[in-house]
Amino acid sequence: MSDRLRFEDPRPGSLLERSDRTARRSAAEARFRAYGLGAVLIGILALAMLLTSVLSSGLGAFRQAYLHVPIYLSEAALDKSGTRDVEDLKKVTTIGYGKVIAAALNNAVARAGIVVDGLTDKEIADLISREAPAQFRNMVLADPDLLGQTVEVPILANGRIDGYLKGRVTMETAALDSNVSPRQLQLADAMIQRGLMSLDFNRAFLIAPDASDQRPEAAGLGVAILGSAYMMLIVLVLALPIGVAASIYLEEFAPKNRLTDLIEVNIANLAAVPSIVFGILGLAIFINFAGLPQSAPMVGGLVLTLMTLPTIIIATRASLKAVPPSIREAALGVGASRMQAVFHHVLPLAAPGILTGAILGLAQALGETAPLLLIGMVAFVREFPDAPPEGLFDPASALPVQIYNWTQRADPAFVERASGAILVLLAFLLVMNAAAILLRRRFERRW
Amino acid sequence: MSRMILTTSALALFAVSATAATARDQVQVAGSSTVLPYATIVAELFGENTDFPTPVIESGGSSAGLKRFCDGVGENTVDIANASRRIKDSEIAVCQANGVNDIIEVQIGYDGIVFASDIEGAGFAFTPTDWYKALAAEVVVDGKLVPNDVTLWNEVNPDLPAQEIATFVPGTKHGTREVFDEKVIEQGCKDSGALAELEALAGEEAGKLCTSLRTDGRAVEIDGDYTETLARIASNKDGIGVFGLSFYENNTAKLQVATMSGIAPSTETIASGEYPVSRPLYIYIKQAHLGVIPGLKEYAEFFISDDIAGPGGPLAEYGLVPDPELAATQAVVADEALMN
Repeated sequence: MSDRLRFEDPRPGSLLERSDRTARRSAAEARFRAYGLGAVLIGILALAMLLTSVLSSGLGAFRQAYLHVPIYLSEAALDKSGTRDVEDLKKVTTIGYGKVIAAALNNAVARAGIVVDGLTDKEIADLISREAPAQFRNMVLADPDLLGQTVEVPILANGRIDGYLKGRVTMETAALDSNVSPRQLQLADAMIQRGLMSLDFNRAFLIAPDASDQRPEAAGLGVAILGSAYMMLIVLVLALPIGVAASIYLEEFAPKNRLTDLIEVNIANLAAVPSIVFGILGLAIFINFAGLPQSAPMVGGLVLTLMTLPTIIIATRASLKAVPPSIREAALGVGASRMQAVFHHVLPLAAPGILTGAILGLAQALGETAPLLLIGMVAFVREFPDAPPEGLFDPASALPVQIYNWTQRADPAFVERASGAILVLLAFLLVMNAAAILLRRRFERRW
Repeated sequence: MSRMILTTSALALFAVSATAATARDQVQVAGSSTVLPYATIVAELFGENTDFPTPVIESGGSSAGLKRFCDGVGENTVDIANASRRIKDSEIAVCQANGVNDIIEVQIGYDGIVFASDIEGAGFAFTPTDWYKALAAEVVVDGKLVPNDVTLWNEVNPDLPAQEIATFVPGTKHGTREVFDEKVIEQGCKDSGALAELEALAGEEAGKLCTSLRTDGRAVEIDGDYTETLARIASNKDGIGVFGLSFYENNTAKLQVATMSGIAPSTETIASGEYPVSRPLYIYIKQAHLGVIPGLKEYAEFFISDDIAGPGGPLAEYGLVPDPELAATQAVVADEALMN
């Protein structure tokens, strides 16, 4: 009898009619759902705003204006001795090459029959990037037989002209701009019509080194991507083994006492230390004390390793903890040593979690700028570092650093470059995070 | 076996690190963000036209660069400090304490400091007095020091437009600020007669009172670069920013420049000394590194060669005002003459 009483609703009322209390409860739930949905929508909106602003200003960086005009490499101007001796050829500077290219472009414009009122020869020459003379000089030094020939390769257009093709520069702004004239834009229009100029895919953006303020059109991410890759290599090689070894010891072997508790608290603390602190440490220890070179990916990698270690240790310990004790006990039960139990049974089961943690740690390290400020990596670097291991000690830049650098440049064309670099960085992060999710989905086991 | 490979590779890594630490083959430079664009232009041309690698150039401000420069002698310290002001005695003392005794001072040219506002807004013709009166923290009224409360430019000078006073001045870590303080604010303080009044009132404190700026949001200190100042003006159309001449020349489509004491800034007026707000730019070279770091002397010579730093060269094209005494500077570098 008492059982039946317990299940009866103590209050009067019909099942078909909702009581006030039920109505209030369902209203509260509906409200909570609306809040939750609102929170998600705000997040999506913020992301959408970020992506639209970066995409709208950054996509242009992947296309670049090139001129397609034949350039006659005059022997008389570029090889006065006529010996084709590379040492002699080196004496002609890029200024000399600039004159040859300017003359060739003036010729090409005249031959194409383009007439723009009041356009001077210098204005025509300024259509070409200041990078072009270096491009031709390197070509000639690599192959002196090109002298006396007419070469046709895509030539970078000046940043302002590039901006005109992308809509960043207009006739109105050009009238006010001291670096470009509306006449030059008219010339550019005429050249586009005759197929002498076009917007092409900008491969150089991904492989060329940084460039100075005078040639934003030539600036690329090559050195930065390589520098970031070197640092990630160092972080992976150092932080993963050290982090995993430390966590296995702490989790599986270390006695649980005050000391290990203290270590645990400190690791959790280190994970929250601002990254600039690691930069200060890096400057003091690796550069001033150990005498490692400045601006080197080695030092950057070591600093980022220190920064990533706590993340990896915490992730590894969590995934080791997630392996049920029964696995260890079963292994020990059939006579395995503790080390065998850990390495043959626990570690393989924890591996997906460890890898996920490591990849997320790497992704975090990839986006760090602050610790690199103090060790000289926030710099203008144009030389590519050598192949590792020696190259790890050559100066290099890094992706986030390059973005930071470009946002500070005077020329407005660098804004586009910086946004383009953000897109590249985002793509790398996306790939890394997707890999982490994939690994987890594919290999993770649940008990 | 695998353990052996691991150990040997670790050992190899450390061996390499030991050797690499003793051989640097490129010049390293740190310092002023005003000098940075010029230095990168020179470095780029230097790397392209010589067999030496392109120097590595960091920015971060004159003070930060000189501090790094004075950290000591050795391959893990910078070879050159870029500065938009002269090295201070206190900095030389730090240098000497760290063993950097021999410094070569090279003046690479002049840079103008310009006052620019949004291209759509009203034009301005300033005098240093206008700036002092608009930005001084405290002014003398009826023999008493009172907080400055002017809000419109025409309250300072009836010839100026009735526009809100909103200025963006470089933060104290920039070398540009010192020049601004000296050539605009202190000059205005003197010209307006405020200095005499302040001296009568506060004695020795007068100089300090002259250069203390308002903190009520009328004079916003920008610690970042000129791009930040430009962004502030874009969002506040009444704003007036302090820029380097070369930055303005790269952004003439967005900014209009104000005259100072009736003179418009340009490379010509700065070279002739007519435009009042300009300053020399310097690079400081560590003598002990000459002959040790390959390409260091060549880079310095290249920097101040006629083709580069002279009239019509790439630096002048970018906005540097060439030094009329360039030949003397070239002699300083050629002789490795130390600063006394």
